[in-house]
Amino acid sequence: MAVPVVAIVGAGQAGFQVAASLRQEGFAGRVVLIGDEPVLPYQRPPLSKSYLAGESGVDELWLRPSEFYAKQEIDLISDEEVASVDRQTRRLRLASGREISWDHLVLATGARYRPLPVPGAELDGVLPLRTLADADVLRQQLNETRHVVVVGAGFIGLEFASVAIAHSAEVHILEITQQPMGRVVSEPTSRFFTDAHIGWGAKFSLGTGLVRILGANGRATGVETTDGRQLSADLVLICIGVIPNAELAHEAGLTVDNGIAVDQFLATRDPAIFAIGDCANFPTPYAVGRVRLESVQNAVDQARCVAAHIGGRPEAYQKVPWFWSDQGDLKLQIAGITTGHDQSVIRGDPTDGSFSVFCFRDSRLIGVESVNRTADHVVARRLLAGDPGLLPEQAADEGYDLRAHARSLPSR
Amino acid sequence: MPKVTYVHPSGAREVLDVPVGTSVMRAAIINGVDGIVAECGGEMMCATCHVYVEPDQLGRTPEMSDDEKAMLEFTASERKPHSRLSCQLVATPDFEGLVVHLPETQV
Repeated sequence: MAVPVVAIVGAGQAGFQVAASLRQEGFAGRVVLIGDEPVLPYQRPPLSKSYLAGESGVDELWLRPSEFYAKQEIDLISDEEVASVDRQTRRLRLASGREISWDHLVLATGARYRPLPVPGAELDGVLPLRTLADADVLRQQLNETRHVVVVGAGFIGLEFASVAIAHSAEVHILEITQQPMGRVVSEPTSRFFTDAHIGWGAKFSLGTGLVRILGANGRATGVETTDGRQLSADLVLICIGVIPNAELAHEAGLTVDNGIAVDQFLATRDPAIFAIGDCANFPTPYAVGRVRLESVQNAVDQARCVAAHIGGRPEAYQKVPWFWSDQGDLKLQIAGITTGHDQSVIRGDPTDGSFSVFCFRDSRLIGVESVNRTADHVVARRLLAGDPGLLPEQAADEGYDLRAHARSLPSR
Repeated sequence: MPKVTYVHPSGAREVLDVPVGTSVMRAAIINGVDGIVAECGGEMMCATCHVYVEPDQLGRTPEMSDDEKAMLEFTASERKPHSRLSCQLVATPDFEGLVVHLPETQV
């Protein structure tokens, strides 16, 4: 009998982890990992943090050295796009024409940056930050840049802003909503980070978008805002979110709705095909309904879940989501999903630069945002894995021992 | 260049040159030492680069931060008095001859 083949489309953190975990599970079949970038699988978080700042080199980005793939018998195919997936014959075709048969297919196709359709978006100096290649361009241009306009105040925009300020650039951040990072953090955390960036020298225009990018000789020189102002810019970073790479799944007849729809086992409606990481839309006990999450934790834990499933140990995916962001000297750590909370309390004092926001929905703890306060984050991850049983007044009371509270809960 | 010994639970030993300024975690990843996972890449978010430093050598390693102490509560294998996150063990010349023991599991 032929050995079973697992084909993994996408060689980011999720795809890499499926391959690595399959071998840890003792999977003896063939593992094919297909990525469309011309480099080894790498970590993305440092691209907007230490790597962008020039504090770490490219060798520190690789998830594993090239020898790892040979040693683990992982057939790594780089710089290749997958053109189509045929579910009937269980084959996929690469853009180069090569065909690969599979028994299990894992779609870890990730997401791509969402372009901003305004005049001038094609000018030099208008840049995204998603890939290593993007980061290399930005890293090179940062030293010569004086005026930066950041479009979109999410994690990546604000991380980039803090690095640009440290490179002595003047930074102006445009955000179409009234609340920086508002999609993922509570109002107190948003306000604290907004104030911090202002303190470091950034300017914000909230409720403000971009009408066009101005240029001369093919290069960006400024932007025109929705409220009619012109701002100088020799670099315009577009970071208004991502688009999940779900076309392949759609063309293969799988359900797509803000990502590739999967069940609690991360399987699509074809039980031989899984989707994980940034491209997967999945049901979760940590939110109302379904979510699509863009994070290392989500990629890694979902990859492990699918590898275990293929290895014969199916289990519903139920890991507590967590996230982090480094901005200047501030570390933001989030446990759970705080979106949709109806009550929040603060533990600690934001004026000390170290505090946590505990977010509740229907009186139940659903997530905790910690700033320079790892101990709270660690406890929060434990609490959220089961019934937290924590009252808002306990969370707000620094005299109340959260670790003891966590220990008193039934073990899981 | 300091030589650091990684001891697997099986007793197998691997000796690596760890340049001063490089962490014990990073050296393990670059050299493909099984048993260090490091899923967060050294950001002190995951506790999957847990090691046990040879107890009588703890004094040679940098002092533990409060963040590292907090994150060590998340190790998959038992946390012991000489537990460390290897991403925080950035080599100094004092690391020559350091021995770290890898735990049974990181996840």
